[in-house]
Amino acid sequence: MMLLIKRALQDLSRNRLLNALTMVTIALAVLIVSAFGLFLINAQDVVHSWEKGVRMMVYLKPETGAADRKNTEQRLLGLYGVSQVRFISKQEALEELKQELKHQASLIAGLKENPLPEAFEIRLVAVTQSDQDMARLAAKIQALPNVDSVEYGQQWLGKALYFLQLFRLAGIALGLLFLLATVFIVANTIRLLLYSRGEEIEIMRLVGATDRFIKTPFFIEAMIQGLVGAAAGLCLLAILFSMAVGNIHQGLSGIFFHLRFFPLITLLEIVACSMLVGWIGCYLSIRQFLKS
Amino acid sequence: MTGKQQDLIIQMFHVHKTYGAKKALVDINLDIYKNDFIFVNGPSGAGKTTLLKLLYLGEPVSEGQVLVDGMNLARISRGRIAHLRRKFGIIFQDYKLIATRTVFENVALVLEALGTERRTITKRVNYALRSVGMEDRRGSFPPSLSGGEQQRVAVARAVVGNPKILLADEPTGNLDAASAEIIFNLLKKFHLRGGTVMVATHDPTLLNMPGQRIVQLKAGVRLQQ
Repeated sequence: MMLLIKRALQDLSRNRLLNALTMVTIALAVLIVSAFGLFLINAQDVVHSWEKGVRMMVYLKPETGAADRKNTEQRLLGLYGVSQVRFISKQEALEELKQELKHQASLIAGLKENPLPEAFEIRLVAVTQSDQDMARLAAKIQALPNVDSVEYGQQWLGKALYFLQLFRLAGIALGLLFLLATVFIVANTIRLLLYSRGEEIEIMRLVGATDRFIKTPFFIEAMIQGLVGAAAGLCLLAILFSMAVGNIHQGLSGIFFHLRFFPLITLLEIVACSMLVGWIGCYLSIRQFLKS
Repeated sequence: MTGKQQDLIIQMFHVHKTYGAKKALVDINLDIYKNDFIFVNGPSGAGKTTLLKLLYLGEPVSEGQVLVDGMNLARISRGRIAHLRRKFGIIFQDYKLIATRTVFENVALVLEALGTERRTITKRVNYALRSVGMEDRRGSFPPSLSGGEQQRVAVARAVVGNPKILLADEPTGNLDAASAEIIFNLLKKFHLRGGTVMVATHDPTLLNMPGQRIVQLKAGVRLQQ
């Protein structure tokens, strides 16, 4: 095996230009597909973090008494899709507002009376976070007696999830397209190598070399092309990512927004996938060549 | 099976080879015994090279049967062709050396294909190159060698794997007298060690060697001696 690896490395260095071009092509394909994947996982993270924070605010009418409030709370808890109900008194609402307006506290300091209504904060179960489900639930709550208004700020979340799903599908299609293109390119490179070394292969056969002995170095070459191409593509992506992260964090200072790169296991999977692509490309051309 | 039959290494029964309408070989019958030294003689186009090619399946037989060391070539699977060819050491008319590999690598290729250990390869290749007087050119590439030198490398490659049969197609055809003698002596050495040698040639001087069997071909037909 060491001998065959050595032969593959020798052949790679003999056909430097052709192999380098293939590796660059693989690197670009890996870069584009991985960049798309990276965007997806980060977009997914952001949407999921918003998803976790999905809540509904139910404001009560000013004249609601303690008994009615208790009754409303019970009815809210009985609704499908509601997981938690927390009562927020007028005083608590004001405290929370003060906390949120730390630097502009003077705005509310001069208030003679608390203008905020009593409210319930409702946490929802995950299955009712779609656009339509939330609208349906809001309508039901609005119809309850003593409820003044219902507010939920993430009506657009359903749309975001929908777009994310579209992006995911587009990513899969793009990935498959690049996969096919890369297989085709590797297959063509190996085919060119095979034709350029046709005489050598013929001589090997005449001196008793088996097909396996002839084929193995080509497979090793193709997998090395996949390995080096993927490594180069991912390194480039990592550099671009670190540059982009610096800029994004600077631009969005103060907002909790954590971008992440691929975990090690995903990186290894991408490299393995790229090597597999090399193997498939080689298999397709060599099978045809050795039959002829 | 008689003792004589046991010594048979190549048998051809009513072998025909055609290329389209052209008959390259017609009804060839031939028995070759272990340690034979055979010349296949005839003018250009007589079918000498074709006859050799049929033995290592460089070409398939059109009709008839060929047996090589117990293997029926009509029934051999694709995967076994490499095993058949390992029985032969072949010296091609055009040498067939790989131009991008050194002399050492060209000769080592046979042993690499056999899966021989690296150290043994080095030892045996060096020995084979020494025996043909090419050890000091082991790092050279074939295009930098003369015709005679390339032919000697081809001989070294043919014998390095200790084959049972040595096939030589016009081994002295492109060489001067001195180089031709060196090559011929190398073939004789292989024969003296117990190997079977089959040489296709139209060189009449080679045919004067005593004790050789001669298979005479003319327009694809074997002439009776």
